[in-house]
Amino acid sequence: MKIIVCVKQVPDTSGKVAVNPDGTLNRASMATITNPDDLNAVEAALQLKEETGAQVIVVSMGPPPAEGMLREILARSADKAVLVSGREFGGSDTYATSQILAAAINKIGLEDDDVVFCGRQAIDGDTAQVGPQIAEKLGLPQVSYAADIHKEGDTLTIKRMLEDGYMTIKVHTPCLITCIKELNTPRYMSVGGVFEAYSKPYEVLDYNALKDDPLIDPSTIGLKGSPTNILTSFTPPQKGAGMMLEGADRATCEKLAGIMAAKHMI
Amino acid sequence: MSNYDSSAIQEFNGGVWVFCEQRQGAMMSTSYELISEGRRLANELGTKLYGLLLGSGIEGLAKELGGYGADGVYVCDHPLLANYTTDGYTKVICDVIRAYKPEVMLIGATNIGRDLGPRCAARLHTGLCADCTHLDIDMGIYKDFLHSASTLPADKIDALNTAMVMGEKHDVSRDLKMTRPAFGGHLMASIICPRFRPAMATVRPGVMKKAAFDQAKADACEIIKPEFSLTQDDLETEVVEVVKAAKKLVDLIGADVVVSVGRGISKDVEGGIKLAEELAEVLGGVVGSSRAVVDSGWISADHQVGQTGKTVHPKIYIALGISGAIQHKAGMQDSECIIAVNKNDTAPIFEIADYGICGDLFKVTPLLIEAIKAAKAAK
Repeated sequence: MKIIVCVKQVPDTSGKVAVNPDGTLNRASMATITNPDDLNAVEAALQLKEETGAQVIVVSMGPPPAEGMLREILARSADKAVLVSGREFGGSDTYATSQILAAAINKIGLEDDDVVFCGRQAIDGDTAQVGPQIAEKLGLPQVSYAADIHKEGDTLTIKRMLEDGYMTIKVHTPCLITCIKELNTPRYMSVGGVFEAYSKPYEVLDYNALKDDPLIDPSTIGLKGSPTNILTSFTPPQKGAGMMLEGADRATCEKLAGIMAAKHMI
Repeated sequence: MSNYDSSAIQEFNGGVWVFCEQRQGAMMSTSYELISEGRRLANELGTKLYGLLLGSGIEGLAKELGGYGADGVYVCDHPLLANYTTDGYTKVICDVIRAYKPEVMLIGATNIGRDLGPRCAARLHTGLCADCTHLDIDMGIYKDFLHSASTLPADKIDALNTAMVMGEKHDVSRDLKMTRPAFGGHLMASIICPRFRPAMATVRPGVMKKAAFDQAKADACEIIKPEFSLTQDDLETEVVEVVKAAKKLVDLIGADVVVSVGRGISKDVEGGIKLAEELAEVLGGVVGSSRAVVDSGWISADHQVGQTGKTVHPKIYIALGISGAIQHKAGMQDSECIIAVNKNDTAPIFEIADYGICGDLFKVTPLLIEAIKAAKAAK
């Protein structure tokens, strides 16, 4: 049994974000992190590995420096890392990205008792689309928003969160599951793990390695294979700062209440 | 000679469609919002608006969609569609889309819509834009929106009529312009799907305004029952149970007043939430929160306002001890009046607040509750 985990390196949008004058993100000025939901997917895979002895293979599409992130995940005791990287893959939207990642998973070889884990969504695009689209391209059943996973034989029972409750869903392997932060608490790297991370198998799949897969075609990958195009991007204007009231005492609050009354808010 | 074939998309003249999500026979309110918004888009395209309704025993929900603007509703009623399953719903929707060829397909960006949308778009080989907060066809209206909601230079907006698609200039006047936040709300992007149809979007619940209900239009709404096939063999997932949250969830989206708490309550979490509840009660509102408060486990996730929570635009939004990270602002900056209380006078929340008080929320809030009670009594 194999567990394949898809991860993405993303700019850390939690702090200050620099925007270029042309409205694009100044990525060079930002730190990169492993996408938070993807760490929950890695943790789910590692817990399942402890239960079943499965092999955990972590896959990422991105530029060569993403190796650092993949080595960190090997240090958390994943067994093998695969970086999918190539100029031909650049500019892919979610549709084209899922074609490429599905081809990479085909290359790794998906067997009947395998499971694919993804994070629910990445914090740069927040689309939550790549997981379900990989599942479609591989013809796998999917369960998204997983908050609890139990495996017995070839059947997984999953608590799938909704806004107003949850569903319990049964699905058989092979399948794809997208994970949310409520699922688990990701572990840290261990000292031994860091030591071993650079001796574990690490593979780079480029365009030539994947080009024989029917999913890989100039019309379905990269910018030209992306059904969506960006018309324009922009920063929203700052709403003009309002009035800072003086002080923070009873008189201040009475003044504010007076304004609210005058403006018919109360 | 064009670099790509656009003839296939001409066949997609079946109107604007809205997937109308229902759960256990109750229509999701976002379905009405999207029908209302879809009406405007269909008018701008000069085409019809249809709802697409799947479920079991749900035909009775269809006519009401007409009251919000649908010309007709495609009803797919089947016992195997009683509960949402990715595989069952995807199969039926893709089959019906292939048969009737809509130009635009809108889906509410609920946990179900965001599971269904990408799966359908991948199967149909078309583009999908996630979690949109603004939709346009008409270029005049779109440009007015950019003038008011972006920092782009006016001349650049006025000149925006084409996009480079496959190395050639493409006129975007009939494309659906799908605008959404990215990078946690730091950037907005308008996305188009110029080469494939339907152009698909999931749309953030609570953002589009529901139209006034019109009974005459509801009565006139056409019901269409398309043919489709679905068998047990099509379903690889099994819904064992559907559990509703025991606690009544807070209705942030419909509230006129939201009083939200942030990390500032950390020294007395229970006390801080209690103060927010009291203030909300005086104003007839509900309690919201920042992401930090949810992540710390101090309040349940249904209270969360922001990029990964809910988008609200109440008449009054009061932020207690919220610094105003861009992720939070993305969910509340369109509120009519923003009042912020924070100890730190450089907190970014003050940049967008109509009224700010620099002080300790535990001292200010009780005084504010008293002052508002007194002001109401004096009226």
